[in-house]
Order: sequence, then C-alpha cells, then structure tokens
Amino acid sequence: MAHGILSQILDYSSRANPYPLYEELRKTPVFHDGTGPYVISTYYDIQSLLHDPRLSSDARNLAATAGDPLAEGGEAEETALPPSFLKLDPPEHDRLRRMTNRPFGPPHSPHRVDGMRGGLKDIVTGLIDNLGDTENIDLVDQFAYPFPVTMICQLLGVPREDEPKFHVWADTLAASLDPDPDADPAERQRKTHDSRMELGMYLAGLIEQRRKDPGEDMLSQLAVGHGPDESMSTMELLSTAALLLIAGHETTVNLITNGMLTLLRNPDVLAQLRQEPGLAVPLVEELLRFEPPVQLLPQRTPLVDIEVGGVTIPKGSSMWLILASGNRDPDRFENPDRFDPYRKDIQHLGLGSGIHSCFGAPLARLEAQLALSELARRLENPRLLEDPPPYRQNAVLRGPRHLRIACDGVRD
Amino acid sequence: MADTALDQLKRSGRIVVVGASLAGLRAAEVMREKGFAGSLTLVGDERHEPYDRPPLSKQVLLGKAEADGTLLPRRLDIDAEWRLGVAATGLDMAARTVKLADGEEVPYDRLLIATGVRARPWPNEAEGELDGVFTLRTREDGAGLARALAAGPRRVLVIGAGFTGSEIASACRERGLEVTVAERGDGPLVGALGGVIGAVAAELHRENGVDLRTGIMVTALEGDSTGRVRAAHLSDGTTLECDVVVVSLGAQRNTEWLTGSGLGAGPRGIACDAGCRAFDLRGIVTDDIYVAGDVARSPHALFGYQFLSLEHWGNAVAQAETAAHNMLSEGTDRRPHLWVPAFWSSQFGVNIKSVGVPSMGSEIMITQGSRSERRFTAVYGYQGRVIGAVTFDNGRWLQFYEKQIEACAPFPPPFTTVDRRPDGQRPIPADFPDPSLPTHGPTITLSGYSPADRRIATFTPAGH
Ligand SMILES: Cc1cc2nc3c(=O)[nH]c(=O)nc-3n(C[C@H](O)[C@H](O)[C@H](O)COP(=O)(O)OP(=O)(O)OC[C@H]3O[C@@H](n4cnc5c(N)ncnc54)[C@H](O)[C@@H]3O)c2cc1C
Repeated sequence: MAHGILSQILDYSSRANPYPLYEELRKTPVFHDGTGPYVISTYYDIQSLLHDPRLSSDARNLAATAGDPLAEGGEAEETALPPSFLKLDPPEHDRLRRMTNRPFGPPHSPHRVDGMRGGLKDIVTGLIDNLGDTENIDLVDQFAYPFPVTMICQLLGVPREDEPKFHVWADTLAASLDPDPDADPAERQRKTHDSRMELGMYLAGLIEQRRKDPGEDMLSQLAVGHGPDESMSTMELLSTAALLLIAGHETTVNLITNGMLTLLRNPDVLAQLRQEPGLAVPLVEELLRFEPPVQLLPQRTPLVDIEVGGVTIPKGSSMWLILASGNRDPDRFENPDRFDPYRKDIQHLGLGSGIHSCFGAPLARLEAQLALSELARRLENPRLLEDPPPYRQNAVLRGPRHLRIACDGVRD
Repeated sequence: MADTALDQLKRSGRIVVVGASLAGLRAAEVMREKGFAGSLTLVGDERHEPYDRPPLSKQVLLGKAEADGTLLPRRLDIDAEWRLGVAATGLDMAARTVKLADGEEVPYDRLLIATGVRARPWPNEAEGELDGVFTLRTREDGAGLARALAAGPRRVLVIGAGFTGSEIASACRERGLEVTVAERGDGPLVGALGGVIGAVAAELHRENGVDLRTGIMVTALEGDSTGRVRAAHLSDGTTLECDVVVVSLGAQRNTEWLTGSGLGAGPRGIACDAGCRAFDLRGIVTDDIYVAGDVARSPHALFGYQFLSLEHWGNAVAQAETAAHNMLSEGTDRRPHLWVPAFWSSQFGVNIKSVGVPSMGSEIMITQGSRSERRFTAVYGYQGRVIGAVTFDNGRWLQFYEKQIEACAPFPPPFTTVDRRPDGQRPIPADFPDPSLPTHGPTITLSGYSPADRRIATFTPAGH
C-alpha cells in the first residue's frame, strides 16, 4: 500500500514509534506516490544527497506544481522576513552562516561554547534542585524545555522574562513545519506569517537596543558586525536571530527528552552513565542516531533532473530526506534498532551533513551531555510513569510533549 | 581442517616491517587486529617511535605544538620488536632476510616495505650544510626550523612553492617574519594543481605579504665566515640577503637500500600490483613482499592503470591496511587498493583539499564559488571525463566530486550546481607545466606507460 505510507508517517498515531514505517519506506529507497514529494530513506543516498551541489535548499527553486504537504507555499511574499540561511544556497548561505559563526565558533571564537560549560551546569543544577514533588515530575516542562531556552536567551542576549511572548511565536513557527491535517491551510499560513512578523518586530527592538549599548551576547556582536564580509542587512539579521532563537531550543528540548526516555527504557545504560559521566559523550552521539530530534529534512529540491538509485527526480521536485530512517538503515549500521552507546562506527545523520549541518551542534551536544549525565547522577531510582508518553504534534521536530517520571529523591 | 600455510603464518610466522612511520605502524596494528600472533619486527632508521608529519609544517612552525609532541596515537598494543635507529641496508629475496646497518640479518616470511620518501636536499652539498639551511621532513627538521623561526630571523627564503613550501611561507607570515619564496614555475602549487589555481595561490601569497618570485631559480647559497647562510643568488642576477633558507624541492623515494636486491625498486618508488605485492625487476609479482605508503607505486584502474605514487597521508593509511590484510589472506580473499587520491593542506588561513589526480587533467572548470573570493570548487577534465577536483574553503562538497571521479562522469559536467558563477560556465585549459620538467613535487606522480609517451621507444630488455 504505497500511497498510505507518507500520511501514516505524518499521522499523529505513528508519532511514538515511526521506525517500522521507515523500515517499510526503505524497501523503496526513492519513494514517490505520483503527487507528493520524492522521499529518500536510505543512509547512503541521504548522505550523498546532502553533499550534492545540484540540490537546492531554497524554496524558490521548487516548481510551483511540486505537490508537498509540507510546502510553505509562496514564502517570499507571504512572510515578513527573508529566508534564513537554513533555506538559502551558497553564496548567500555561506556568507550569512560565516558571519553568524564569527561570534559563536572557531576560528574567531574558539572557546565560546566551552566557556558556557559553567553557566550550563548552574542552570541544570538549579532546575534539578527545584523539581519539587518527585512523585510526579514533567521532565519537559520542568527541565528539558526551560534549560535550552534559558541558555539560548543568555547566548543571544534575549531577556529570559520574555519567554512567554516568544514561546507562542516559536511554537507556531515550529508547527508550520508540520502538516496538521485538521487545520485550514490558509489560516495556518496567516498564523505563520503573523508569528514571523511579530517575532521579527520583537527582535528588531532588541537589536536596536544592542546597537546603542552592545554587550558580550551574540545579538550585539552580530548587530555590530565586523570581519571581511560586509555586515548583515537588518532584515538578514532578523532572520538569522529568529532562526537561532527557535532552532536553539525547539530541537534541544527533544534531544534531552528523547534521551531521558531512552535511558529510562534502558536502565542498564542509565546505571552505567551514573557510574561513568564521561559516557555521556558517545551516548549523545548514539542518541542522535537512534532518536534524532530532527526526523526529516523537507526542504530540498534539485536544480536539474537528477538520478538517485535508478530513479530520475525531475528538476524542481520536492524532496524529503528522512534522516531518522537513514540512521536506522541496516546496510549502514549493525543492529540499527539497538541503542548502544559503545557503538564504534557512529557516523550518524542526526545533525545533518554537508553545508547545512547543524549550526548549533557543539552547543546542543554539550547541553545534552550535561543534562543527561546530571539527571542520571542526581535522580534516585527514576522511572517512567507513562510509556509511551504523549508526543508533540510535529512529525519533523519529533519529541514527547510531556515526560512524566517519578523518583525516590534527588541526590546532592 | 588441515593446517594451511596461512594458518601457520598467522600463528607463528615472522613478519618484518621496514619503515616505522605512518604506513608501517598502521599495517602492524591491522595485522594484530587480524589475529597475527607470530613475531613482528619493526625496523626504522629514525630513533623515534612513529610520529605524524603534517603538523610539522603547520602547528609546529607556529609554535602551537612541539615537534616531539606529534607521536601517532596507538590503537592497540602491537607487541612488536622495535629496531629503531637502525636502517635496513639490503634485502636478500632468495634467503628471505633483511640486512640491517648494525650487521644483523632479520629473517622474514612476509616483508612489508614502507620506507617512504625523504626531502630532496639542496644540490650543492656544501651550501646545503650551511647553518640556517633546512629541509622539512623529520621531527628534527621541524624542531630545528621552528627554533630558527622563533629566533626572529630578518628574512626567510623558501625555495620551492609546493604544498610544503607554501605552508612554511604561511607560517612565517603568521609569525610576522619577512619571507621570500622563490619558485621555478609560474606560481605556487602549479605542479599539483596547474597554472589556473597557481595564480590564485600566488595572490594568496602576495596578499599575505610574501615576497613571491616566480619563474626564478636560486643558483647558489652563500655563507659568512662562521658558516652561516647569509645570502642567496638568484637566476635573474640579483642577490637576496637571508638568514634562514628552507629547501622545499619535493621528495626522493627511499629505495637505495634495495639496489641489487632484484626487487622492482628505483627512484620512482617500488612497483607493486593493486594488492600491494611488490614486483621484481622482471615485472613478476612477488608473493611475500608488500609495499605501502609514499614509497609505493601501484596501478589504478580509475586512472588508466597508470602507476601512481602518492605522497598523501590518507593513502599511506589505506594502503597499509590493504597490504596488511592481503599479507594475511589467501589469494581470493585479497583486496585491491583502490583509494581515490585525496589530499589536504592549510595555508594563509585557507583550507585546500583535492581528490583524484588533478595533475592528469588538461582542462579545469570552476563549478562553484569564485576564484576572486578564494572560495571555490574546481573540477579537472581529462579526455571528456572528470579526473580530479580541488576546493578552496569549500571542502564540504568534495565528496560529490569524488563520486563523479569514481563514476568516470563526463567533463565538462553537463548540469548546473548551486553557487555556479559566470566564470564557471565553461572549461579553460588547466595550464600544467610540461611534465618532463621537474617541479617541486606534485604530491602525485604518474609513472605508468602512456601511448603518448615516446620515451617507451628507448626500451631495452634488461640483461638477465
Ligand atoms: C611537512 C610535511 C607535511 C605534510 N602535510 C601533509 C598534508 O597536509 N596532507 C597529506 O595528505 N599529507 C601530508 N604529508 C605527507 C604525509 O606525511 C606522508 O604521506 C606520510 O608520512 C607517508 O607515510 P609513510 O609511512 O609512507 O612514509 P614516511 O612517513 O616517509 O615514513 C617512512 C619511514 O621509513 C624510514 N626509512 C626510510 N628508509 C629506511 C631504511 N632503509 N630502513 C629503515 N627505515 C627507513 C624513514 O626514515 C621514515 O621514518 C606531509 C608530509 C610532510 C613531511
């Protein structure tokens, strides 16, 4: 039953365990039901497409007819901000990403992420100290969400108190990646557009302040901007800031929650992590393979007709690369459905690959490593109260909406 | 099951590895991983345990790493008998023994030769021995040169603008030192990448304050009364005052010790088959002698079965792994070494990577980015197919071009790509220097028969 499989993947009832569907999908490595996107699900195909310069990330190269349940139709006119570098090709992509990287990573800021270790640890400690009633913890609301939000606010220089404000916009924008079968597409587009505009205006206000009174935060540094590239235009700056703010927490929350869920389902590994906090490093890599927070990349289109696995994909088609499926491809990984933090050969697709590979990867890794090793160390006899937990609607940014757990107490 | 010769070899055989560096160590590790339990001897003429060379021209010259801090990591305990600081001086193929400089003879059942290359010295020996004149291949070279640079010389002269020479010049500029680069060809890197890219590299040098002089030869080095170098004489009649000189004229293969052994070894390396088995002088494959790394020259199906000699880190590792595997396998389990050449360098803050054999290409096309931004991908074409590619600060795309090379994809590429610019619409001549003229070392040497190669007409059978 070819046609059904995409809708099944998108269907909420598959959210808790989409992996059998991916396995089904891999039997047709280039899947196309005649109207929808071309869906790529095997490791090696995805890996090489991520390095294929004939593939564009820019929605403006999509043919108008490309039937795609995730398409954000007419983005250029519809939204208030230009596309962020996530949705651009070189040279614009390279220029914006490079400028954004200046205050964030090597070579110009080699110690930024590592320098955040202490601050991250403090936030984690504070959140765990305040878990309250240990008989009923919602790990998402009480930990996995506030942690990355607090961090991205500090990093960017966004006031933490404004979280209730941007939370709504961020949620709408993250949801816009996901087709909600019940929603009216026009209404959805309007909401997305409004949220992007409001978020843009909010950030514009902040950036204005930073220009006058720059600090150490990334918004200030981006706003002031220096280096061989000319600085970002205001609109580019707003798009970039919006991208960092949203991508900086909408994904890490899932990484941490999926991580804790996986650990609680694998108590032996949880026990090992408690003994050996250094295990968090390979463990997070395995987690990115096993339960990647970004399940698929729906934003690719070929600039010319290309051939993948004997199938010609016409220029302008919509393509989905199912990272989470490639990560469980038995042609690439031995025992792919086994969670094994000691796995040696772990070149996963969890953070993408190629020029669009996750910009925030070093920070996401560090956050997840600290969060999981501290939770493992401090929670006494933790257990799941509900398995599977209720998931978020989103099929792309997949993760539990709540993770209810209990424990016997919190160690110092 | 009958106890085969191979089982015996694995259990109690004697394997000797000559050349205790990257390829030698990696091969030894793989042999142990594959269950070789016999005696393993590693012979190396350097006194040190295996160390890594690429950092010598990069971090070490910048003072960011110590020359003796680049030991290669060990993946496992190889339980070997180390014969360090002793050169192998001869090979008796009939008796299956390796002669050592200390007079000892080491018997083997299987021999792996991984003696690599050495820096080509300055042709005038007396001048080359002046204080302040360096080559760069070993840890001692690296330490000495780093010390000389740290002492703040007034001017450094680098002779030869290949990858190593360019990296040295880059390190000098980063340290704020005045540096002159003298290059016989039309630009830096032309031997490896051709004149089109050489022109980009030349700009890079000049923009970073290197006094780059091309089309010029250094004719003599001059010392002062204390035996320190003080000046160089150039072919344009000028004299350059300098107190440090780095001779960076490419490499010579370490094969002299095999002279007279009957092995197919010579100045171009040791010929072997695709499975790393050495040929003897008559072109007959041996079954107990294997070769890996910079010293090997082996035929490659993708490149017209040309014999390739590669001075590439990754090749040394991959070839060592294949050799080790084949040394411990029956015929049908052996694998060919079909590594697609790949190389990286970093200089003047630019990350340069190449795949395939650019120097085989006659045409070049800039498929992504632009030369003026020093951020681009260039593809090399040879007789209508893609044969090589190079990126400047654009390495994430290289994997795609590697597959194009493997697939013998047509050149010029019949499709467009992201970041295609006006100057990348059509191919232009790649502008390689005449291959019969020696260069500073292209890092890949083609040394097989080409129908276009008239020198074959001078063939005379060896007098056996
Ligand atoms: C300064 C520098 C920078 C480099 N940078 C890069 C780079 O950026 N990228 C890249 O891909 N490659 C680079 N390379 C090349 C890379 O280091 C080589 O490809 C690699 O070292 C080859 O390893 P090998 O084991 O084959 O040979 P070698 O490393 O040359 O080792 C051979 C060993 O055998 C010993 N030996 C020789 N003759 C005898 C004998 N008769 N008896 C006993 N022992 C003997 C030698 O002394 C040496 O220790 C660089 C090399 C240098 C020198």
